[in-house]
Amino acid sequence: MTSPLEQKKIKIAGPSVVTANRTWDGIVVYRTAAKSWSADLSEAAIVRNSDEAKALLAESVADDVGAIGPYIAPVQVGADGKVQPGNLREQIRRSGVTIGQPAQV
Amino acid sequence: MYAYDEIDRTLVNERVSEFRDQVKRRLSGELTEDEFKILRLQNGVYLQLHAYMFRVAIPYGTLATNQLRALAHVARKYDRGYGHFTTRQNIQFNWIKLAELPDALADLAKVGIHAMQTSGNNMRNVTSDQWAGVAPGEIEDPRIWSELIRQHTTLHPEFSFLPRKFKIAITASDHDRAAIKIHDIGLRLIKNEKGETGFEVLVGGGLGRTPFIAKTIKHFVHGRDILSYIEAILRVYNQYGRRDNIYKARIKILVHELGIEKFSREVEDEWQHIRNPSLQIDDEVIEDIRSRFTYPAYEKLPHMPDELRQAAADPDFEAWRKNSVAPHKVQGYSIVTISLKPTGGPPGDATAEQMDALADLVDKYSFGEIRVGHEQNLALPHVAKRDLPALWKALDKLGLATPNVNLITDIIACPGLDYCSLANARSIPIAQELTRRFANHELANLIGRLHINISGCINACGHHHVGHIGILGVEKNGEEVYQITIGGRADENAALGTLIGPGVKFDEVADVVEDIVEAYLALRERPEELFMDTVRRLGVEPFKERVYATR
Ligand code: HEM
Ligand code: SF4
Repeated sequence: MTSPLEQKKIKIAGPSVVTANRTWDGIVVYRTAAKSWSADLSEAAIVRNSDEAKALLAESVADDVGAIGPYIAPVQVGADGKVQPGNLREQIRRSGVTIGQPAQV
Repeated sequence: MYAYDEIDRTLVNERVSEFRDQVKRRLSGELTEDEFKILRLQNGVYLQLHAYMFRVAIPYGTLATNQLRALAHVARKYDRGYGHFTTRQNIQFNWIKLAELPDALADLAKVGIHAMQTSGNNMRNVTSDQWAGVAPGEIEDPRIWSELIRQHTTLHPEFSFLPRKFKIAITASDHDRAAIKIHDIGLRLIKNEKGETGFEVLVGGGLGRTPFIAKTIKHFVHGRDILSYIEAILRVYNQYGRRDNIYKARIKILVHELGIEKFSREVEDEWQHIRNPSLQIDDEVIEDIRSRFTYPAYEKLPHMPDELRQAAADPDFEAWRKNSVAPHKVQGYSIVTISLKPTGGPPGDATAEQMDALADLVDKYSFGEIRVGHEQNLALPHVAKRDLPALWKALDKLGLATPNVNLITDIIACPGLDYCSLANARSIPIAQELTRRFANHELANLIGRLHINISGCINACGHHHVGHIGILGVEKNGEEVYQITIGGRADENAALGTLIGPGVKFDEVADVVEDIVEAYLALRERPEELFMDTVRRLGVEPFKERVYATR
């Protein structure tokens, strides 16, 4: 996992969000513009340059009771404004495992 | 079975209330994640992609049925109805909520199960042969010694803050089912000329980024001296071990850099220094531990009961028996391996229903005892041969009678990118696809013994280096790419596999494995020549040619 410390020199290649895991239950959450966390990617604050990313990350790191391990993750924003995860890892974090879970199959 | 004493029980209960308090303080914000992380890791709690992951120890892989039921209960109540058996005699739950973890730990503590030594830079749970105590030809039950080492090292300050995690495995059979050569310390139980119990001590094995096969450091250490000898190894390691660099901190690196001769000299010096009578183990201590391992009251049974003779007419039963049933040290009994590798399923997973139903079968047919092995399968250690047909029918109903033990679909795979935050690529879907490709058990039998191991990153939790065919997932330009090795093995002749060429894409992995298998079937001199033997005879070249000729 990439720790926020390693991301000190923040460079982003495109639209990004801050994501983490909610402290009490561990589920995947995204930092919102309202300085809170949401399990819904569409509610995530989107940052588009390094300064914005840095500020959003700093604020997220400070909210240590809310969520743990925050880091910047790429997203794709469609023409319709719809936000999608920017890579496979984030896709899996959002949509869950790519395999059937035994208790369900 | 093994009966814990009062001290252990008190310790386990204290740990639960301590952790409950820590979780409370964490959730209230009194503890930061930085402060809490080391505490949760000491209790087996990792953070994964979707949730916290909770790893529970199954010491030397032995479980009683009340413990198996408790695991089923945790899976059902606090998780999503299943658990994942790992290669190190642990079980992992993938969807645990931090707020509920203290309750889960408390429920497990009631049956003596805990999560100590499943993570962190300490002495991990000592693993052993899953057939310990029942394998024919075994010198002595290795779990007695696993337990001795466990007692000595649990929470021992010198072993709790090591440069890195530390893993020990013990075997007492010629055929090594505990993979001792890929552990930090591997112990092979032997007898000297006087008939006294002792160990060949191997050191410096491990996989990960820099894989090494363990080397023998001493050919015989007397049983009564084994603790002081291990302590001497750990002292040398503690003194030299690289705490500054996480990748170089394992003992395998130290052994490699110092060389085995120098390392053994250092250990020998240290050992002579600390080896005083107070560190010698009294016979009574060993006898006390020995007396806590109880064996069932076996009956005198025929070698070939009528039930078995009759069932032999059923080819489905025979297919299962041939792969899953192994000889037992007591006549009339067998060791039964339960495959957790159903066609299309994730390797090593078991549902709460399966665990509960299995617990009933274990009570009925295996004197209430079940084992967990490093191949991510389970074993029933004491099944009367006359019960085999009935057991098979019951297992089959539960989806637990896949006749593929030790065959190509008996795949070891780590959680990979579906669960693991460190992963570069997925492992489980690759395993699933391979089990579908080779779902024809006749074909799998024709191929014979062939182990496939898959890891989703270089940490090598799926032991890909020692797979007959090893598959390592890496990431290249945002895409999953898989490197294929052949010729590795994890047993007494442990060896690291050789890379056959450039990595291949997710969709191609199963095709590549098919090519390798086809090449093997064409190249083998006779049906008894196993894949490993063909690779040894011919090297990787012909396989490489076959795989890359058309790619
Ligand atoms: C899903 C969460 C897991 C995480 C975060 C994790 C993490 C790691 C890491 C970081 C290492 C390398 C340590 C080192 O080289 O010092 C490692 C090694 C290992 N893991 Fe895991 N692991 C996970 C799951 C598993 C599972 C499910 C298994 C069994 C199937 C497993 C078995 C092992 C083994 C046997 C090693 C030792 C390899 C060696 O000898 O170096 N791990 N793990
Ligand atoms: S090998 Fe890598 S991906 Fe697989 S479980 Fe271990 S750390 Fe995770």
